[in-house]
Amino acid sequence: MGNLKQDLLVARDPEFTWEDEESLATCKSKYNGAKALLDMLEKEGVELIFGYPGGVLLTLYDALLDSSIKHILPRHEQSAVHAADAYARVSGKVGVCLATSGPGAANMVTGIANAYMDSVPLVVLTGQVPTHLLGTDSFQEVDITGMTLPITKHSYLVKDANDIPRIVKEAFYLASTGRPGPVLIDLPKDVMAAEVTSSCPEKVHLPSYKYFSKGNAGQIIEAAKAISQSKKPVVYAGGGVITSAAGPSLRQLIEKLNLPVVTTLMGIGSIPSSHPNLLGMVGMHGTVTANLAVNDCDLLIAIGVRFDDRVTSGLKHRFATKAKVIHIDIDPAEIGKVVRANIPIVGDARLVLEDLLPKVQVPETSAWWNQLRAWQRKYPLRYEQNGHLNPQMILEALGQIGGEHAIVTTDVGQHQMWAAQFYPVKVPRHFITSAGLGTMGFGFPAAIGAQFAKPDSLVFLVTGDGSFQMSIQELATTVQYNLPIKIILMNNGVLGMVRQLQKMFYNERFNQIQLHANPNFVKVAEAYGVKGLRVDKPEEVEPALITAIDYPGPFLLDFTISPDEVVLPMVPSGKVITEVLGGED
Amino acid sequence: MRHTLAVLVENNPGVLARISGLFSRRAYNIHSLAVCQTENPSLSIMTIVVEGDSQVIEQVTKQLHKLVVVHKVTNLSNEAVVDRELALIRVKVKQETRLEILQTVDIFRGRVVDLGRNSLTIELTGDEDKIDAFVRTMKTYGILELVRTGKIAIARSES
Repeated sequence: MGNLKQDLLVARDPEFTWEDEESLATCKSKYNGAKALLDMLEKEGVELIFGYPGGVLLTLYDALLDSSIKHILPRHEQSAVHAADAYARVSGKVGVCLATSGPGAANMVTGIANAYMDSVPLVVLTGQVPTHLLGTDSFQEVDITGMTLPITKHSYLVKDANDIPRIVKEAFYLASTGRPGPVLIDLPKDVMAAEVTSSCPEKVHLPSYKYFSKGNAGQIIEAAKAISQSKKPVVYAGGGVITSAAGPSLRQLIEKLNLPVVTTLMGIGSIPSSHPNLLGMVGMHGTVTANLAVNDCDLLIAIGVRFDDRVTSGLKHRFATKAKVIHIDIDPAEIGKVVRANIPIVGDARLVLEDLLPKVQVPETSAWWNQLRAWQRKYPLRYEQNGHLNPQMILEALGQIGGEHAIVTTDVGQHQMWAAQFYPVKVPRHFITSAGLGTMGFGFPAAIGAQFAKPDSLVFLVTGDGSFQMSIQELATTVQYNLPIKIILMNNGVLGMVRQLQKMFYNERFNQIQLHANPNFVKVAEAYGVKGLRVDKPEEVEPALITAIDYPGPFLLDFTISPDEVVLPMVPSGKVITEVLGGED
Repeated sequence: MRHTLAVLVENNPGVLARISGLFSRRAYNIHSLAVCQTENPSLSIMTIVVEGDSQVIEQVTKQLHKLVVVHKVTNLSNEAVVDRELALIRVKVKQETRLEILQTVDIFRGRVVDLGRNSLTIELTGDEDKIDAFVRTMKTYGILELVRTGKIAIARSES
């Protein structure tokens, strides 16, 4: 039998010898690639990684037993990336995730794209088949560096174990500096077993990689002049404000100059939701006032934004046409990509705002504010209170009961937009959502990552019955690590956002939006050992939320809402703000 | 309008895929691409001819700069340059056309590099227009095979 086994192994891998197996055993004692990798992660300050083991990672998982790094085991590789993504968004640190070669790595692709679109610093580690099998379509082989080229900031396929210290150091540097993003390191099995004699380089040597920090002084003076002379200025703040911790500087600026602010979905939390200068979110489901303000302003001060088509309706030539545009962004390629900038400033938002602050004079904006306040009175964010359980009502109650330090993660769809509109976010890094990619299934693993980043914080997952079922297996993870996540499930039995679009723009020709065979979510939760409660009536909302929050472990609240609820206001894709639906009182 | 970009990149496996992937993903149009190692073996130079207005070229340049493997991007269209292309062309020949073809090759300062019973292979260097003109002339005799390197270019030295 021994010979048969050997023959089979040789058939699969012609270079296999029994010495390989022995050398794998002895390599445990030497300082190998796996140990060097973990040492470097420790040096970079990594405390935990989200991963899922597999064949080519055995050496690494063996070394992990002797490492200080904590390993979290979600129930899907995609969840590992999403969890690391949210961990990074909440903590401001680099998130680290790990998956095996082939299907493990391929399952991470969506998560990597998600982090790339929202500029989240990640180091993604993937196992790979041994170097001598690369390119032979061997078992569990995919070209993951090739597959992820367009969705990583950079990537490495390690061929020599002695490169590991340098590559890991570079990866963390690249992921976290400039415009952050995911960096992938592909680690062949033999490289992790090979001896490492190199040491960690003192400095990163990347001659071709540059990023800007301070903005050009002349441009900042130009911007200061334009702001001081403007009559109808609007600040358009995005995720870059949060990434660069520019919130306090932005607040100083808008308070000193009494400037109105709109935020993107990614910019929620950059300014507390209760701030009187905040007009709300801009774009497709933004407030009418925010959109009218951008449409009518004479100066658009865009900070850490990329003029996404969910903001501009994809109409770059009809967006903010009356305005001069100041565009502050750390990525030079974002400037002029969609909308021309009259005053481009490439740099870190916080540093640019700090330089700008002492140079600006208060513009005369009282007439503008009168107009803005009139719009706010005419077009408030509102919803019909019809005695039924409204999603908006749940989010408002959640905001009141949760307190300002609660972290909310969302999935994607109607519930996400309602949360963006109605949940009062007070602090940066407390509203975690898949904005650029719009990944259903993101919310639950994101809540797990958020809870690990802030173990003492209250974490809410706001999700829908469609999105939740894309990551429902993570109920097991919350139980295994006793994560007291509160799941706010808005259950309408349909794919609500698609239904809304079919209702509004396809003559109610509904197709593939019914989730007929939905399970009893409370029972599913209970099967995993998670507490659950179904809520059908408005008066049950508050007591249910209090019960869930007071319970020391994970808790699922299954809120029954009507499939006819829609997200309003809405600027249909390809339309300008004047064609907004459902805005007027 | 066509622009010629000189892109200095790291000489590593996968670099070409990163560059060509960027062009296809962002729907930029490559007219030609020539690549080779420089005098420094750790670096390669790519001469990329790309179609687009000034806004597109600005985006191409910025996006190229974002790649960690890209050291420098120079738009040679803004500078005085010497540019060349090399073509190898196999042309059908008959007894009665042989002399005429050889004279044309001479006028274009090309060279015959291979000779068959019914064909000639001609090597020609020059700028794109010259090669285009020669190819047009040869079409009348019948082109059997044609390969061109795509443009390579270098900035003129200061005088």
